[in-house]
Amino acid sequence: MSKKTFIGLCFVPLAILVAAFFVLPMARLVVTGASGHDGLRTYAAILLDPRYRATLINTILLATATTLATLVISTISGLFLQRHHFPGRAVLIAMLTFPLAFPGVVVGFMIILLAGRQGLIGDVTLRLLGDKQVFAYSLQGLFLGYLYFSIPRVILTIMAAVEKLDPSLEEAARALGAGPWRVVRDVVLPALAPAFIASGAIAFATAMGAFGTAFTLATDIDVLPMLIYTEFTLSANFAVAAALSVGLGLVTWAILALARSFGGNTVAAAG
Amino acid sequence: MSGNDKTNGHGVALRVHACAKTFADGTRALEPVTLDVARGETVVLLGPSGCGKTTLLRIIAGLETPDAGGRILFNEADVTRVPIERRNVGMVFQSYALFPNMNVSDNIGYGLKIRGVSEAERKARIAELVALTGIAGLEHRRVDQLSGGQRQRVALARAVAARPSVLLLDEPLTALDAALRERLRGELNRLLRTLGITAIYVTHDQAEAMALGDRIVVMRRGAIAQVGTPRDIYFAPANRFVAEFVGAANILEAECNAGVLLLPGGRLALANDAAAAALNGHANGRIFAMIRPESIRIIAPDGAALTGEVDSVSFVGDRQRAAIGGVAGKPIMVDVPNSTPIKAGDRVGLSVDPGDIRVLAGDTA
Ligand SMILES: Nc1ncnc2c1ncn2[C@@H]1O[C@H](COP(=O)(O)OP(=O)(O)OP(=O)(O)O)[C@@H](O)[C@H]1O
Ligand SMILES: [Mg+2]
Repeated sequence: MSKKTFIGLCFVPLAILVAAFFVLPMARLVVTGASGHDGLRTYAAILLDPRYRATLINTILLATATTLATLVISTISGLFLQRHHFPGRAVLIAMLTFPLAFPGVVVGFMIILLAGRQGLIGDVTLRLLGDKQVFAYSLQGLFLGYLYFSIPRVILTIMAAVEKLDPSLEEAARALGAGPWRVVRDVVLPALAPAFIASGAIAFATAMGAFGTAFTLATDIDVLPMLIYTEFTLSANFAVAAALSVGLGLVTWAILALARSFGGNTVAAAG
Repeated sequence: MSGNDKTNGHGVALRVHACAKTFADGTRALEPVTLDVARGETVVLLGPSGCGKTTLLRIIAGLETPDAGGRILFNEADVTRVPIERRNVGMVFQSYALFPNMNVSDNIGYGLKIRGVSEAERKARIAELVALTGIAGLEHRRVDQLSGGQRQRVALARAVAARPSVLLLDEPLTALDAALRERLRGELNRLLRTLGITAIYVTHDQAEAMALGDRIVVMRRGAIAQVGTPRDIYFAPANRFVAEFVGAANILEAECNAGVLLLPGGRLALANDAAAAALNGHANGRIFAMIRPESIRIIAPDGAALTGEVDSVSFVGDRQRAAIGGVAGKPIMVDVPNSTPIKAGDRVGLSVDPGDIRVLAGDTA
């Protein structure tokens, strides 16, 4: 058997896998999207129908806000945790990464415990301000849930990247007169850019598509996965559900591609 | 930038006073070290791995603080508590530590930019430095598109751009191959003289130390073993460690009687004062003597005061190095010109000028 045939044979399982789990279902989804009585116009409706459009924008904004907030929080804590050794550090890291295994339902449940009608925040604000704050069942609640969901994933990536930073780069910048903030801005953040893009992409995609948390918190939050669910199960509107799914996939993919090309220079240079 | 008017790029006089370093884990990296460096002088810290060279350099830079009692003075001003970013030092790291997100000229101009130097002035200084370090034309390259030698030059240009008070270099040539290292060593030497800057240069390569240092500080186990000019260190090592670390050395331990060393292979006359000093006025006793291989001449064995038998000869290029047995406890190394025929098994006589024999004081090795 020549080397070429061998490589060719190795390609077969990959081809089958791609066909079975990716190309065929995707094709089917795309076709289903156009199978309603509106035909291809179902796709246009994602952008033209005011309710669909608002949901799409909502979802993108929520995912973007989640990603940015996650990156900021994880970078600050990741830098701190990787650079400082103090008693209880290991426990803290374990706690921060504990929610990794939780499904969206559990996260949603915890948000209700925190900010729901009988939640902790409600109790405290009622006592202090005489006004019960409840936001678990809204976009804010969902935002909090997604943060809780993304931070463990992102913080681990960032901590690993911080560990790999070359300390002499920071020392060189300091020797040249850079104060602590300047070092972070000119050396640390650029060097972490690849980690931001990689982990931010995952956080963003997760927030775009997450369903369990939204479903637990309320059924009337306007995010795309919820909309797909209601169209699919409640209205049996297969074509719209499929078109929205394709739209969700495309939008997420496009935004990630954009982020990657935007960060492309930094990534290459930091490599 | 007020400091710069005073120093004008020529650096400061540096004083290290009783600086010791004990790390948090209890490692004693440095015993109390005191060292004075004149303005514009190049001092090389030389010693085996782990002897504390980098630690001392980092204390001078402000990247480490010395243990209580240690002080660093720049031109008599105590900078021990001044953080590195306000010490105005130039640093060159072994890994170069160039900023990967900046091109060559942004790297070189970074220190100037932080100091708020105008763009026009910055450009002029960068142009001057790329010319000086021989990297003109590479200004817009990304640093990952540079060869090792080019990176080294960028690192050097970046370190001196803002006219630092002292230039600190930690094994800047170690990452390069031997031929390039030798060439850059020459260039570096010329550059340090041109700039006339106070410089501390760390290396474990004695040839580099000899070529670059106005003075060499030989270090061992966190302490200074000897400070001196390259010639002092080479010809008058203070002890056995320095003698063996710098250059090749034959160390002979033998009985000394009336100014003559009694060896298995014969007798070796010492210079009068040397023996007397080593023996503290006693007429005889055991001493250590050091002889460099190039100070020993091969002569005819008949009538020679010291004789031996050639164990082996190896060809080194510009000369041969012979190991002669039967002279002292262990074979001694002798440099022999290529024109002298010599082979294993030959009986030879050895002659050494008494002035070339160094009697080593109170040995601690
Ligand atoms: N941060 C640190 N914590 C604990 N010990 C350290 C630390 N840095 C250095 N040491 C120890 O201090 C000693 C001196 O180290 P140093 O780096 O100064 O040696 P060096 O002479 O520069 O060696 P090399 O030629 O290998 O670079 C070594 O035993 C080293 O292990
Ligand atoms: Mg070192």
